[in-house]
Amino acid sequence: MEANNININVQNPDGSIVTLEAPIDMGLSLMEYLKACEYDILATCGGMALCATCCVDVLEGGDKLHEMSDDEYAMLDTLPDVLPNSRLACQLQLNADMDGLTVKLHDGLN
Amino acid sequence: MISTDIAIIGAGPVGLFAIFEAGLLKMRCHLIDYLPQVGGQLSEIYPKKPIYDIPGYPTVLAQELIDNLMEQGKPFHPGFTLGERIEGLEKRGEADFVLTTNMGTIIESKVVVIAGGLGCFEPRKPVVSGLEQFENGRGVNYMILDPEQYRGQKMVIAGGGDSALDWTIFLADIVDELTLIHRSESFRGAPDSVNKVMALAESGRINLVLNSNLNSVTGNGRLENVEIIHNKTLETTTVATDHLIPLFGLSPKLGPIEQWNLNIHKSAIEVNTDDYSTNIPGIYAIGDINTYTNKLKLILCGFHEAALMSHSAYQYMNPGIKYTMKYTTVNGVSEF
Repeated sequence: MEANNININVQNPDGSIVTLEAPIDMGLSLMEYLKACEYDILATCGGMALCATCCVDVLEGGDKLHEMSDDEYAMLDTLPDVLPNSRLACQLQLNADMDGLTVKLHDGLN
Repeated sequence: MISTDIAIIGAGPVGLFAIFEAGLLKMRCHLIDYLPQVGGQLSEIYPKKPIYDIPGYPTVLAQELIDNLMEQGKPFHPGFTLGERIEGLEKRGEADFVLTTNMGTIIESKVVVIAGGLGCFEPRKPVVSGLEQFENGRGVNYMILDPEQYRGQKMVIAGGGDSALDWTIFLADIVDELTLIHRSESFRGAPDSVNKVMALAESGRINLVLNSNLNSVTGNGRLENVEIIHNKTLETTTVATDHLIPLFGLSPKLGPIEQWNLNIHKSAIEVNTDDYSTNIPGIYAIGDINTYTNKLKLILCGFHEAALMSHSAYQYMNPGIKYTMKYTTVNGVSEF
């Protein structure tokens, strides 16, 4: 693995896990990276914490993520069915601490 | 009735720049936007944010860019219908389109340009089976227009954001029985509102159900019962009610545009990159609302799309007339 890459694990709906090597030196958010990997994320608002279509459930490594901004919290708080470990991928800028993070796309948010 | 050459749905930066590009070709524009002001998300969501990738502007505030675009379009006297949403689109006869808004305004045009950006913000609906059967006046509403209509009745509100809290406080005095359901055990809304809701619950004025979700809705032609499930114990309880108001925020949606038989891919309109035309002759889509290979959702790309669209629209409206492009540096801008 290159020095500027981290591993991100994505759980598919069937439970299988795919490990992706994500660059941390390109200023990408997790949403942008997952979209680039052609995951089915609408990300309608483009990363402004406005649409919640990039919601992910963090299965492992959630403790290493930075705290939510008020915008992210306010958006998650209005949603009908998020879990305590749900985050907006657009608000998670990829960084070295996120190595080994495991996420799954949140169900039913489009 | 309003009559124009080009009806532009959406008055964001790209729709506004289309006024200028169309104006250079002597085509008149009328813009329609659901928001009460022009500027789209730039004015509504981030008017004070600097934008760094507008060619020629190392930095420009979002609202400044909108003001400049309005100034740039002025010589071409565009028309505006604001605060209204286009509901219907009809092709009348051979040539013209007829657009109708939710307020009944009718706009007739030769060409339609969809520059709708993110789309319209619509209430987000929870996934609860059977909910639709009680929409449209049968007990389930996603927004509150006239609180008085609920006087003396039973109501369930679901949601935990500011609007759920604010409406709970307001309606506690109006309705006969009010239940507020929230999925988590605390609220992150404005502290003052949270305190008021807690006080209402303590005094017994409202029934506050935390850590719970809507599970199902039942009724005979009209909503009668809402079943709530506790998300830890999975215990269910049934609340008899006349109304259910899920308040889960707003989410951008294409809205009625989806019903117009346009080719749509992942909530965006497919276009031909030769001229940003859609599969329906005379209808174009420019800016964030369209999609094509290597699409970039950038304002500057939308500007380029507006220019190509305008030339194609001119040809569409004036078949057989040979048009040569002229530079503004040579010809200036002639007002009409």
